[in-house]
Amino acid sequence: MDIDFTADERAFREDVRGWLRDNLPSEFAERISQGKRLSKEHQVQWMRTLNRQGWLAPGWPVEFGGTGWNDVQKHIFDEECFAAGAPKVVSFGLKMVAPVIIKFGTAEQKARFLPRILTCDDWWCQGYSEPGAGSDLSSLKTRAVREGDHYVVNGQKTWTTYAHYADWMFCLVRTDPDARQQRGISFLLLDMKTPGITVRPIITLDGEHEVNEVFFDNVRVPVANLVGEENQGWTCAKYLLTHERTSIGGIAHNKALLSRLKRMSSEERRDGRPLIDDPLFRAQVAEVEMQLMAAEMSSLRTLSAVRDGGVPGAESSFLKIKGTEIRQAITWLISKAVGPYALPFIEDELGYGSEALLYTDYSSAATYQYLDARKASIYGGANEIQKNIIAKMILEL
Amino acid sequence: MDFQLTEEQLMLQDTAARLVRDTYGFEQREAFSQSEPGFSRAFMQQLGDLGLCAVPFAEAYGGFGGSGVENMLVMTELGRGLCLEPYLHSVIFAGGLISQLGTEAQKERLLAQLGSASLQMAVAVDEPQSHYQLHDVQTTAVAVTGGWKLSGRKSVVIGGQSAGLILVSARTGHGTRDEQGISLFLVDPQHNGVRRRTFATMDGRKACELYLDEVFVKCDAVLGSVGQALPALRYQQGRCIAAQCAEAVGSMEAACALTLDYLKTRQQFGQPIGKFQVLQHRMVDMRMELDQATSMTLLAACVADQEDSHERSRLLAAAKFIVSRASRFVADQGIQLHGGIGLTWEYMLSHHAKHLLMVARQFGDDDHHLQAYAKLMQVA
Repeated sequence: MDIDFTADERAFREDVRGWLRDNLPSEFAERISQGKRLSKEHQVQWMRTLNRQGWLAPGWPVEFGGTGWNDVQKHIFDEECFAAGAPKVVSFGLKMVAPVIIKFGTAEQKARFLPRILTCDDWWCQGYSEPGAGSDLSSLKTRAVREGDHYVVNGQKTWTTYAHYADWMFCLVRTDPDARQQRGISFLLLDMKTPGITVRPIITLDGEHEVNEVFFDNVRVPVANLVGEENQGWTCAKYLLTHERTSIGGIAHNKALLSRLKRMSSEERRDGRPLIDDPLFRAQVAEVEMQLMAAEMSSLRTLSAVRDGGVPGAESSFLKIKGTEIRQAITWLISKAVGPYALPFIEDELGYGSEALLYTDYSSAATYQYLDARKASIYGGANEIQKNIIAKMILEL
Repeated sequence: MDFQLTEEQLMLQDTAARLVRDTYGFEQREAFSQSEPGFSRAFMQQLGDLGLCAVPFAEAYGGFGGSGVENMLVMTELGRGLCLEPYLHSVIFAGGLISQLGTEAQKERLLAQLGSASLQMAVAVDEPQSHYQLHDVQTTAVAVTGGWKLSGRKSVVIGGQSAGLILVSARTGHGTRDEQGISLFLVDPQHNGVRRRTFATMDGRKACELYLDEVFVKCDAVLGSVGQALPALRYQQGRCIAAQCAEAVGSMEAACALTLDYLKTRQQFGQPIGKFQVLQHRMVDMRMELDQATSMTLLAACVADQEDSHERSRLLAAAKFIVSRASRFVADQGIQLHGGIGLTWEYMLSHHAKHLLMVARQFGDDDHHLQAYAKLMQVA
């Protein structure tokens, strides 16, 4: 047993670190390290930079543009990206729909969609949740009726992240209303420019416009845009939900957040000394760091099992729960660290405003990051759903 | 990075598991616990005969040169069976101190005896005021002609009541909480001036309070350099922490298995109680705590025998903290999910719970290690 990275893995880390040093614009890193928002243009610019290096889609098979890295290498890559302050890669195209197209799509679908995901010419969004179908996803009602070589789609999706940016949506629709819940569902690809689609913003508690409601009114979708077989969409949906494992625990993200917290609390002062030297505050930082260490070890155990040919099961649900709890704990301390400066809500400072800072560059987004982190225990299957999965799959209750 | 066990390690694990399974039923354990030594001398002898007591010792002294990983494998099985034998305190703690500090003569003599289980030792480091601080030593050792005279009181010496030899930390110089001036002595409990008050512990073992009244020991009873014992004590306590974490993981695995089984069989409101979501989620929480504890135990096992460093101390403190918290959670919730039956003496779960609750009461509790970690934590 050996918990150290191998010489090859360490060399790989150095390569990634060196490349990031030379290629990550300092403006991005600065914004990210302050927890601030990033524009769509900046996100696209960064993803294209990664793509030129061939590193945009580590999870894809090599023949479609993947890197051929194993799960441990992917973890190292993630860790270095977060540590350097690189923008997060937007996952809807790269990590969600692409694996489904690769696994279930036709040759035409692969040729049509995959290259444009890599070049970021298509921005994707996910049409899963509905007003009446959240955690109980398979009760979704959006209806698709076959008419010749089209499906006619009617209904509504909600919580659709970046629908207002998106060129395409992958969407779960009901094609057989008489089948049992999970049966009559199909996986469709929708061009967001199709007539009959309306996108309305939902502003979240942090003032952000990231999610939307999407309405479908007789939207005509070519049958060629069906992925997999009709009424077998749940298979695609499940595959998608379990595909992306390496970053599920958010270990790399949490480590970056923790060092941000330490930097901030070294600058903040209390009782005439750095806040991080206040015994009570320091103990709270120490405690969350230990929890993160345990979660990281658990994550590495899973990764190395996958690298050695194992199949991770519902263990990834453990990682998701712990990872999101830790993220919320760290961001709460980030908000706590700035004291009363957690209160000001100055949107100008979160975006690209030019007014003078009220306090410090790191204080503007302190509470914003905590509020943003609340979503983590809800999306991707709420933590309570993860517990149901563990209870069923591992404990067999 | 590699979490696989070698063939030899798998064999060791298997041997320990089989031995524990064959010996430690509930009734047997009760009998061992209530016997005079508080454990099974025959089982300890078996561990010795099969070489398990010599696992951590260097090959030059008849050992197998095992590391923290081997200790982890043995301790996990001992924890699963809730074994009462003072393996941790005798083989790992006392044996570790002798390996690190002993003269050639001391090592040859004592490690051979510990390895064959013909000698059982205990380590007396706590005192009424010390509260897990190894440097807070008031017991004194005064140099006299031909040796030393020891006086003082040592607290809750696990296995001390049956030990053939007790390692005692005593102050040979400097002030009460000074890090210098602490020495270790090999004390024969049959010596004049030694008094032991034996008692049972909450988790079914036996221990003693050790009173020393001008106990004379010869010069060769000193282990290591006079006044310089603290670093070794801390280092060896670190190895014990790693081993104790493994013991707790074994016990938590057993407690979780018992609880899960109960959820599947106990019927209330016309169905197994495991059908209730609130209980399912609690069980998941228990397993999640166990998973985190297992991860930290692996980490601890991998660093336990590394050279002393801040980094090693930091990781071991983290392991002890996480495992102590997890142990308490699994104990409390294991009882809760069982209901009344979880509180009865005649059901194994309550004994696991008591053991798990007492994990934090040795080698430093969660506060102790949180504080230690906070000190060692890197900020920049």
